[in-house]
Amino acid sequence: MPQPNPDRRLASGNEAVAQAALAAGVALGTGYPGTPSTEILEAFDALGGRAQWAPNEKVALEVGIGAAFAGARALVTMKHVGLNVAADPLFTAAYTGVTGGLVVVSADDPGMASSQNEQDNRRFAVAAGVPMLEPSDSQEAYDFTLLAITISERWRIPVLLRMTTRVCHSATLVQTKGQLAPAQPPTFVRDVPGRVMIPAYARPAHHRLRAKLAEIAAWNESEGPTQVVDGERAMGIITSGISFQHVREAAPHARVLKIGLSYPPPVEAMRRFAASVDRCLVVEEGDPYLYEAARTAGIAVEQKPEMYRFGELNVSRVRRIVAADVSPEPALPAGKPPELCPGCPHRNVFEALHDLHCIVAGDIGCYTLGVLPPFSAMDTCVCMGAAIGVGLGLRHTLPPEQARKVVSVIGDSTFVHSGITGLVEMVYNPPATGHVLLILDNGTTAMTGMQEHPGTGRRLNHEPTGRVVFEDLARTLGIKNVLTVDPIADSDAITRVLREALARDELSIIIARRPCLLAAGTIKLREKKSNAGQ
Amino acid sequence: MPGSDAVVNVVVAGLGGQGVLKASGILADTAFRAGLDVKKSEIHGMSQRGGSVSSDVRFGERVFSPMVPAGEADFLVVLAASQVEVAQPVLKPGGVLIHPGLVDETRLANKRSLNVALLGVLARQLDLADNLWHAAIKAALPEKLHAANLQAFAIGKNP
Repeated sequence: MPQPNPDRRLASGNEAVAQAALAAGVALGTGYPGTPSTEILEAFDALGGRAQWAPNEKVALEVGIGAAFAGARALVTMKHVGLNVAADPLFTAAYTGVTGGLVVVSADDPGMASSQNEQDNRRFAVAAGVPMLEPSDSQEAYDFTLLAITISERWRIPVLLRMTTRVCHSATLVQTKGQLAPAQPPTFVRDVPGRVMIPAYARPAHHRLRAKLAEIAAWNESEGPTQVVDGERAMGIITSGISFQHVREAAPHARVLKIGLSYPPPVEAMRRFAASVDRCLVVEEGDPYLYEAARTAGIAVEQKPEMYRFGELNVSRVRRIVAADVSPEPALPAGKPPELCPGCPHRNVFEALHDLHCIVAGDIGCYTLGVLPPFSAMDTCVCMGAAIGVGLGLRHTLPPEQARKVVSVIGDSTFVHSGITGLVEMVYNPPATGHVLLILDNGTTAMTGMQEHPGTGRRLNHEPTGRVVFEDLARTLGIKNVLTVDPIADSDAITRVLREALARDELSIIIARRPCLLAAGTIKLREKKSNAGQ
Repeated sequence: MPGSDAVVNVVVAGLGGQGVLKASGILADTAFRAGLDVKKSEIHGMSQRGGSVSSDVRFGERVFSPMVPAGEADFLVVLAASQVEVAQPVLKPGGVLIHPGLVDETRLANKRSLNVALLGVLARQLDLADNLWHAAIKAALPEKLHAANLQAFAIGKNP
């Protein structure tokens, strides 16, 4: 039997990021749950790190920026669409820079295993002007997390760690080696021109940012995490992230340039590499990001055919890309699609919405499955929180007989994430026909795996804390009709209160409260524990 | 083809709640304990019961992609008969299908140990020592489930 090595283990990319954060002395991890990123903070907590859920990604990043201003090391995690929400602080944090290392994990979901789009967040690094690392397995997830903190502190700039579903959720071997010099103890150092982005201070800050990026680009050329795998000169492949693994298997004889820090890209390394091979192809998942970077620099490279922009890459698809095969891909049989669990409390609600012929502005969560038969009771789903705004827009403009059928449907965690500002809009600009907001409160962030949120009154580690009470919030904002029903205990109640609310030309909020069937037992245990602790 | 011939490709498939990911985790850990390079891949989706779930495990001297290419699995372990048709295309020609009918469920102390029993069937064809399997099973499950699952593994391994 081989000698066991306690530092070598099988870990997912997400666990590896958490281990590295712990080894780096990250003082605070924060984020919002989102597949495929959720397990990073849960693992960081389990390892003894300080991890907390924020109401949404924007707040998480702002908290992370504050920690980094104080000189602490901070980790902020989210899925790719979460970075859209956090984009506002990200773009200006690039100008202010940071003191303690700030690592922002963007977990992209090519192929949309559990997402509403497959945006390629490498574009965000370019747009915001922040360096970006792309790990290809759990070892690199570990190593690049440490490297991200090093780069962040050396150039005083936030760093994006861009993961993808297969890197986050695949378990591969990790050697947990390497430590960083400990962070300086946090202390407040006033730096008004560096931290207060009024135009007079932001203009020089933009120049500083571009100067930093030029230095990082030069560092990336000479010392960056770029790797050349030798092979035959007939075929050269430039790649990054998980695509590297597929390339090594699909084209074992090819010479490969693997890019680790893909923004700012190591353009001269790409130029030398392309000149060293007869044919040079860029293999990357999603957008032609590296391809465009190479072509902009006048490097002759080929890109993948357009059909491979869609979905994940895998070994079979990379073989086809290398062979320039654009014939239709064989369709694999579809598995049994997800559906609302038998006994799920959302089922009765969607039956009612269906029976009342409602126009349903929906949102993101398990309950999005209400769109499928037999319910077929969702008409829109755009992004987190959109149920309310979209529902209001429909109410404002549809003819009254249709407007009176519009209902906004949102889950509890999603409501806290970005529904509260929508509720304020509802009070501020009420439609002539009024509006009905239905909050499906199952007491957990069910879709991502039962995470806590500010409406549960428990923190990430399930310890009790302040709780946002939806009824109180709605009444405080001036909503008169606030009703709470249990959709399981009284299955007719939801139809009755919905019908009544739709008949009034007023603002109504209905909270359908019943714990998620899968989480109910766990929630009870957590409640018991937190009551005992008080 | 260098690097790929030596790799063993296993796909575990079934329905949510059957223990597909638990089974693939035990297999991956067993191969890890044998000192091999291992990669395991799966898609975590919505928390839900009853949807199709599958997980890939690859092990050998050196593994690159974490996903088993379609039509290249050496072994396909299926926990639900209804999923055989869906999962079948991952098998290579001549690949081995391990379906739930290969285990007499009435002999299991705990019916939920079918996943581990099917790992026992798989173990007959793999060069991984029993003590490594046992250690991985124990590491993956709470102590009160050890006996039932070791029994299930034995039923699969030596029917």
